[in-house]
Amino acid sequence: MDIPYTVHPRPDTGVYNAKMGIWLFLASEVMLFGGLFSAYVLLRVGADEWPHGWLNIPLGTANTFVLITSSITTVLAWVSLKNNQFSRFKLFHAITLACALTFLGIKSFEYHDKFTHYEITLANGKFADGHLIGKSRDFDLEKKTGSVTIHGYEVAQEVELIDLQRPEARHIQREEITIPAAEIKRMGNYGPWHNTYTAIYFTLTGLHALHVIGGALVIGFLWGPGSRMWKTDPERFTNRVEVSGLFWHFVDLIWIFLFPVLYLL
Amino acid sequence: MNNSMTMNSGHSPESAHSVRGYLFVYFALLAGTGLTVWASFIPFGSREINIAVALLIAGVKAFLVAGYFMHLISERKMIYNVMGFTAFFFISLMFLTLYAMHDFPPTTVTH
Repeated sequence: MDIPYTVHPRPDTGVYNAKMGIWLFLASEVMLFGGLFSAYVLLRVGADEWPHGWLNIPLGTANTFVLITSSITTVLAWVSLKNNQFSRFKLFHAITLACALTFLGIKSFEYHDKFTHYEITLANGKFADGHLIGKSRDFDLEKKTGSVTIHGYEVAQEVELIDLQRPEARHIQREEITIPAAEIKRMGNYGPWHNTYTAIYFTLTGLHALHVIGGALVIGFLWGPGSRMWKTDPERFTNRVEVSGLFWHFVDLIWIFLFPVLYLL
Repeated sequence: MNNSMTMNSGHSPESAHSVRGYLFVYFALLAGTGLTVWASFIPFGSREINIAVALLIAGVKAFLVAGYFMHLISERKMIYNVMGFTAFFFISLMFLTLYAMHDFPPTTVTH
């Protein structure tokens, strides 16, 4: 028995079932991300200081361009099927997949940057901040042996590390600093545990990245083995591409808000 | 290949005209992104205004994506019903968030 309404619209809804399904799913996704945006707002207004300038704006902008480009290639892939141009569909969706991988590659680079970025509380009350270059073989923070080397700078107060968009912060000279373990009171990287900003940043972008991975897997399937359906049931295949496209556009739409909220404001 | 298709997904066969429309939206989104970055460096007087400007641009971009790429401006009534409910609950959530913004418990210690 065939699944009903995979091609033709269901009389009571006016759309085929998969399309109804994806819109209901997207409705739940709006509320999922809405809840997290709400958490972001409450964390931000409840914080004494909110970080600025912690993320790489050129990389975030590039990733926005990449996702927007993937959105147009997704819709053009669907248009190609509508016009019976299967080879053009393959081309456009190959570009979509390339964009998805590029986005994830840039995001991975940004994550790596945060996990190798350390804030070190010094015994003299000052703070050192920078990217880890290396640790000596005998480095042990508990036993206070060895040393750690970072590429960064020192400040007198932790609050100076919060707003990196203020004029004086833009002229900070970074240099290689080696700090003996004996002079370190505490050190930790800029992972999700660092503060509420990094927590919500990793939560929002991590969940978004999972959506990118999920969408790329579906689009990859439809581009590869799933595209065999074009020969047997082209209308149903076109509808599948449309449904996957709707999800992909939603992923783009979420990023349109994440980018300014996390990178610029 | 047996691809003499009869399209039943609610859209007519796409013409060069609609492709031009998609490309227009694409370049508008790119320009909007550039505008967002540029505007974030302009001191409008307070950070709240910068946030409002950025969210306004993001809202326009979201409308372009949802309206044209997702074809929401020419969808069926049932889809509008679903998204209408979603918009209602989303806006309610945002109002609750605004309502809670200054609603600290009396024992909260602020520095």
